[in-house]
This record gives sequence, structure tokens and C-alpha cells, in this order.
Amino acid sequence: MPPARKRRIRLVVALSAAVLLAGALVYTSLLSSNEAVTPSDLVSARTGTSYQLTGKVVDGSVRSTSNGVDFRVRDREGTTAVPVSYSGAVPDPFREGREVIITVRKQGAMFVGERDSLVTKCPSKFTEDATQRS
Amino acid sequence: MATVGRALLILALVVALYGVAASIYGAVRGRDEWIASGRRSVYAIAALVTGAFAILEIAFLRSDFSFATVASHSSSTTPTFYKGAAAWSSQEGSLLLWLWLLSLWSTLVLFATRRQLRRVAPYATAVLLGFAAFFAALLVFKETPFQLLAVVPAQGNGLNPLLRHPSMMIHPPMLYSGYTLFAIPFAFAIGALITRQVGAADWIRATRRFALGAWLFLGIGILLGARWSYAELGWGGYWAWDPVENASLLPWLTGTAFIHSIMIQEKRGMLKTWNVSLVLATGILSILGTFLVRSGILDSIHAFGASTLGVPFVIFIGVLIASSIGLVVLRRNELRSENRLDSLLSREAIFLLNNLVLVAMAFVVFWGTFWPLIAEALTGTRRSLGPPWFDQYTVPLAIVLVLLSGIGPVIAWRKATASNARRNFLAPAVAALGFGVVLAIFGAASRPLALAMFVCGAFVVASVGQEFWRGVGVRRAMTGENPLAALRSLVARNRRRYGGYLVHVGMALLFIGVAASTAFNDSRDVRLAPGQSVRSGDYAFTYVKATSRIATRAGELEKISFGAVVDVRREGEHVTTMRPERGFYPSRDIEGLGPIGRFFEGEATSEIGLDAGVFGDIWTAMTPDIRRLAPTIEEGDRVFAAAAGKLSPELEGQALGAALNGIVEKYLADRPEATFRVISSPLVTWIWVGSIVVFLGGMIALWPGPDAARRRVTARYAARVAEDLGRA
Amino acid sequence: MDIVALLVIVAVLAAVVALVTGPLRGERLERAGADAEDDIAELEARKEAKYREIRDAEMDLRTGKLSDEDHRALDRQLRAEAVEILAALDAARS
Repeated sequence: MPPARKRRIRLVVALSAAVLLAGALVYTSLLSSNEAVTPSDLVSARTGTSYQLTGKVVDGSVRSTSNGVDFRVRDREGTTAVPVSYSGAVPDPFREGREVIITVRKQGAMFVGERDSLVTKCPSKFTEDATQRS
Repeated sequence: MATVGRALLILALVVALYGVAASIYGAVRGRDEWIASGRRSVYAIAALVTGAFAILEIAFLRSDFSFATVASHSSSTTPTFYKGAAAWSSQEGSLLLWLWLLSLWSTLVLFATRRQLRRVAPYATAVLLGFAAFFAALLVFKETPFQLLAVVPAQGNGLNPLLRHPSMMIHPPMLYSGYTLFAIPFAFAIGALITRQVGAADWIRATRRFALGAWLFLGIGILLGARWSYAELGWGGYWAWDPVENASLLPWLTGTAFIHSIMIQEKRGMLKTWNVSLVLATGILSILGTFLVRSGILDSIHAFGASTLGVPFVIFIGVLIASSIGLVVLRRNELRSENRLDSLLSREAIFLLNNLVLVAMAFVVFWGTFWPLIAEALTGTRRSLGPPWFDQYTVPLAIVLVLLSGIGPVIAWRKATASNARRNFLAPAVAALGFGVVLAIFGAASRPLALAMFVCGAFVVASVGQEFWRGVGVRRAMTGENPLAALRSLVARNRRRYGGYLVHVGMALLFIGVAASTAFNDSRDVRLAPGQSVRSGDYAFTYVKATSRIATRAGELEKISFGAVVDVRREGEHVTTMRPERGFYPSRDIEGLGPIGRFFEGEATSEIGLDAGVFGDIWTAMTPDIRRLAPTIEEGDRVFAAAAGKLSPELEGQALGAALNGIVEKYLADRPEATFRVISSPLVTWIWVGSIVVFLGGMIALWPGPDAARRRVTARYAARVAEDLGRA
Repeated sequence: MDIVALLVIVAVLAAVVALVTGPLRGERLERAGADAEDDIAELEARKEAKYREIRDAEMDLRTGKLSDEDHRALDRQLRAEAVEILAALDAARS
């Protein structure tokens, strides 16, 4: 086989592999990704679907359970809140009033958090706070 | 001094802008004195920023709270090492660190190439100065480290206790060294493109060591982050496919591809477009990585909310991308390959495959990281992907990558002899497969992907071992040295080859560790009362009793810790005793919180119980149930509120101390339950050991060869070739 | 702003201006070679790389990755390429 033809075949193979990979990426990401929502969005949540919930932990709502914590999450600016039950190790920065991200699934009236999916955003060190400046 | 610091940065910005203009003018007009002036601008900026950085560091070390950034990120009770490191725990401090490192490496490379690369260097200088100007402008106009406070507080906020770990403090300088070092080959690539010098490889030769150094530092930075996550945080993992973790991994992946593919360009003049694109992408990804941490556009544990730096960075990255693509397209003629691949059975072909796998991995990680934004653009709703999605692609790709790194050493350059390759392949393959069979018998077959990784890793170790064995044999045949001396001289004379082999062994060990600890770990969350036990793997963890203590530093109360004594046994025999704890640091916000309550409203950190061994780690973290203390705390706060002003500060301090001691003792007396996470995880240590081997191999590959040996070899070949010339 | 800070800033400014404008005021430059020197440096580096390739090929032979026959062919080819580079070097130097 002449070298030029060999090269063309290699190119076609490589490009096809790339297209296949790209297709797989798009397909699986649409399939397995969770919608990112706020508590107000969860009003219309479907049971059994996973969502990535972002919001603030409501002050005074944190309760220890036998193997984790229960708490409420509210909109960043707002009062709509949903109850979340999380089992597993609670991250160190977790605190009332802080913003959290957690993957939840609706079960009855409660949203159950997926293990190790609770991420607490570190308190703002990188934001500009005009009032702090003199 | 803050004023001086500010002035130094403004001066640095002015000099950077001047330098860009001078370098370009000198290059266009062929005026060496302007080119030299541009180069000296870089030296000047290095001096200026060093001065500014020193001023900031001194302020931190002296706990000068008139500096706003010192007041918000440090305190007098912060240990000295962390005081120094706190300088870069802030946005403005970290930007200054980035600029400082950039100016240092730029000075180094421009000084080293001051007599070479006459056409390319001025444009590279301009690009580097452009980067410097961008960061200096951010520091001058947006986030200054030299902001002063009108009212100097008596005490600072202190460093976030989560960051009080050596790994975490060295992690940013390592990462930034990686990012800024990648800016060097980026700048020279741009220069080579502009001046149509990409055909030649001297821009690569001049910056090869910087690319390798960048790769090494970035890798170490990433691993330090992983180590911190494992040893400091309460979840027991080392990698979460968090957007910011991914952002640092992306340039590392493309950088790994680059340091392999430039060898092909050096030897065969091939892959010029590919190499240039890779290095440009790596530079851009480095800036992207720097940006993601502080932008807030992606939800991540690192993302510190919305920041004002988003827009400038996006514009900057946009400019970089547009110019890079534009230049590559414009110069496509000069980027034509001089040669073609001789054979698929060649080391070049393996390197090419390695590149494809790495770029595929980078693309997967990129896609998964930016998917929330892509999905929002495509479908209107933000969607996110979790670790399982990343794993399903990166695990098979990583297996292939490790396999390739074992095949490479066995195959010759240009065109290998098939029968020889088969023969060389045989022994390591048999060894690896045999190893795999043994592991399968012991139960590893339940996790086929992990088993595949073990086999491939073993193959790498075996094939590299074979290479060292053969190489030492050759050396001994030539010189009669004893094995150890032969090994030393073998490596010394072939640093790039054998250093590279060592890196591959290190990576194999690392991946074996990752595979084993991910596939075969046993992690449990339980709530235990004193005396109760839980099993994980072969181990029984017993919560023996509660512990609690108050920690003070320099006479001030640092934190209150509640913990547990955990006894670990295996088949009834005592293995170790661990003391995990949770420490509670007092909050600095006095308003709204009682004097006792504020101790539980600040930051909390976990002290992990960790017993690391060659074959596996035992890991535990605990969360105390302090809710039961709430009534006591509230009562205490009420009492203090009622007594406010009626006691002298000294008496109040004593009363507070007594109250806290009371709480600490109550926790013990209650014999409280606590929540534990216990993990038994095999071969975790191999990850860290593998990284050290990678580092050693990288240093060997980086090290300049002995000149004398090089000249001798050169002379010998020169003589032989001269013979040919005579004959021709 | 206190007087010390002002003096420091002025001193630094003077030093920077002196450093950066040095070449423009006729200071001795680190004179980078002419373009031809760059080309020669490139050829020299290519020559070194070619010698390294010859050595690598020999190493590949001795560690059993190449047969004698294949090595002979490769060695011949590499040396021919080296000869070309040397010729180009001679031409560039003349």
C-alpha cells in the first residue's frame, strides 16, 4: 500500500475515533448530568430524579441524626427552603448561613443527599467587600 | 511602606508597558538597543516585584494589621511559617505571587538566551511583559495588597484553620510556578510564529527545560493538593473531579503530551503544528486555571463566590485564544512536517498515541468541567456532572496510557525490528500477566478495571527494569565497571532516557495506588457509642472513649477540640490507636454571639486519625455531637450577658476559662455518641511514593549533562562522520 | 505620605530608569549575534541532536531492540543526514 494511502487511512481512523469520543461525551453528559437547581426550582421536583442543589443553609435548621445531619436549604436571596437529609461525614466548613452544593434526590417530602456530594463553599475570601475598605 | 509597595507595582506596570513597546519596536526596526532595553525591563520588573513581595511578607511576619490583607488573613497567634504563607492565601497576595514568579522565570530565560534567538526573543519578551502588565494592572487597579485600614485592629482574623497544613501552603507556589513556567514556552512559541521561525526548533530547545520544570512543579502542586485533601479533610478522598482540581490538571495533561511530542520534532522535524498548538493550549489553560479559582463561574469548593476579576480574565483569555489560532493559521506553511512517520512500530508512533490519549483525556476533563456552562448555553438549564462520569472515561484512558509507557521503552526509534520487539516484549508481558493471574486468584478479578491497571503497571515496572538491566549490561561490557558504577554512568550519560523511564515507573506506581485504593477501599459512616465497634476491611475499629481539650497558643485560646480514642484491631490483635478530633476555632464576629457560643460558630477542622502502611492505610475521622452541649452553651451565654460589665476583664477572662473547662469536662462526662467515618484503603501510600519517584526521574531528566562527557561523545561521532565525508 | 517613603520611591525610580535606558544611552550591549549566527547555532544544535540519535541507535542495538541489519541501515541513514548537516554548516560558516 502506497504511503500516501496508509497515511490517509490513519487519518480517517484517528478522526473517526475522535468523532466517536466526542459523540459519546455529548450523549453521556446529557444523560448522566444533574440539573443545577435552587430551592425554588425544587418546588416542581420529580421524585427519584437527582438534582444538584445550591443554596444557603438556613440558620437554626441543622439537626444531627443517627448518621449525619438534617438541615434546610434556602435560596441565596429569598426564603423558599427545602428540607435535606444527608448521611455521612459532614465537611469541616459546613455551617449555618453558608452556601452549599449538594446532590439530592426527592424521597417523599424530603430530599436525600448523595454520599460525599455535600460541598460547602469556603467563606468568601476572594470577593470584594466594599464596606471593608477604608 | 504600603505606599512604597503600591508605587513599586505602579512602576512595574509602567515598565511592563514600556518594555512591550520597546521590544516590538526593536524587533521590527532591527534596533538592538531597544531590544536590550526591553529585556532589561524584565529584569527591572523582577526587582520591583521582589521588593513589593518582600514588603508584603514583612508586613505579614510582623503582623502589621494596618495592612488590610494582613488583618483579614493572619493574626498574632498564627505560627510564623503560616504567617509567611498567609500572604498568598488572599486574592491580592496570590496575584502578587503569580507576578513575582513570572518575573523571576522570565528573567532567567531571557538572561540565558540573551545572545541567542535574536529574532524570536524580542517577541517572546513582549509576550511575557504583556502577561506581567495584565497581572500588574489587576494588582494596581482592582485588587491591591497594599490597602491600608483607617482603624488598625488589635488582632487579625487569622488564617483559615483548614489551610494550616504545610501541603496547603506550598501548594499555591508550586502550582503558580507550574503555570508561570508554562508561560515561557508559550511566549517563545508566539515569537517563533510571528518571526516565521517555527520551522527551526531552537525555540523548543531554549525552552525545553522550562516546559519540563513547569510540568514537574505543576504535578507536585496537584499532588500536594490531593495529599492535603486526604490527610486534612474529613472525607478521606484525594480527588473529587472538582472544577478547580480539573483546571490545574488540564495544562498538566497537555504539558505531558508536549514534552513527549517535542522529542519527535527534535528528531524528525515532524508534528510542528501539533507542538505549537499544544504549547499554546497549555499556556492558555494555565491562565484559565489561574482564572477559574477566583472567578466564581463554576460551583466548586474553591470558588469564592462572584468576583470582580471575571471580566478582565475572560477578555485576556479571549485575546490569547484568538491570537494563537490566528498565528497558527497564518504560519501553516512554515509548520509543514519535514518527514513522515517511518513505521507504526516505532517509538515515535508510541509517542504519538500517547499524545492522542492525553489530549483525549484533556478534552474529557475540559468537557466535564465546563459542561454546566455548555449545557446552559445549549439547553437553557445548568447541568452538572459528577465523578462517575469522569471516571468512566479517564479510567480506561489512563490504563491505555500506562500500557503505552511500558511499550515505549521496548521499541526502537524510527523503525523497530519486529522480531526484536516481540522478544523484548515477551518477558515483561509474561511477568505482568502472571502477576495479574496471582492477583485474580486473590480476589482482584472482582474489579476488572483495577486488575487491568495492576497488570499494566506491573508491565511498566518489568519493562523498565529490563531496560535498566540491559543498559547496565551494555555499560559493563564496554567498560568493565561494577554494576553500581555502571548504573550511575549509564544514567548520567543518558539522563533524558533513564530519567524518563524512572518517571514512568513512578506514574505506574501512582496509578496502581489509585486503582487499588479506589476499587478496593471499604468506607463506612456510623454513629457509635463508647465501647461500640465497626468493621472496615479486615479491621475492627472500636470507639474506646471520648477526648476533649482546650488548646492555647501564646496565652490566647486557639481552639476547643472534641475527639475520640479509637482502637484498631485485626483478627483480635492490636494494630494501632488513633485519636481523631474536631477542633472548633472561635469566630471573630463578636456581635450577635455570646462569649461561649462564639467558640462554636467559627471554623472547624478535622484532625484525621491515619495509620499509613506499605500495604494500606487505616483512616478515621469523627464528628462530635455537640448539639447536646447547646443548652449548656446557651445558659452560659445568658449568664455572661447578665453579668456583662459587672466583672473586671481579668475576672471575666477567668470566668470564661472556667466555663469552657466546664463544657469540655461535661463532654467527657456525658460519654457521648459520635459519628465516625472509617476507611481501610489499600496501597494509598504507593500514590505518594510513586510521586516521589516521578519527581526524582524528572530531576534526572532535567539535569544538564556533564559537558566533558558530551564533548567526548561528540568528538567521537564527529570523527566518524568526517570519515564518511572523506569517503563521500 | 512620609518623606522616607518618598525618597525610597524616587531612588527606585531613578535606578529603574537607569537600568532600562542603559542600552539607549550607549551602554555596552549583550550583543546578540546576527541572524546568520542564529542559523549556525540552529545547525550546530541539529548536529548535536543527530549525534545523539546515532548514539541512541547504537544503544538500541546493544540493548537488543534492533537487529544488526536494521541498525546498519539506520546508522547509515543517520550518518548521511549528519553529513548533510555538516555540509550546511560549512556553507553557513563560509
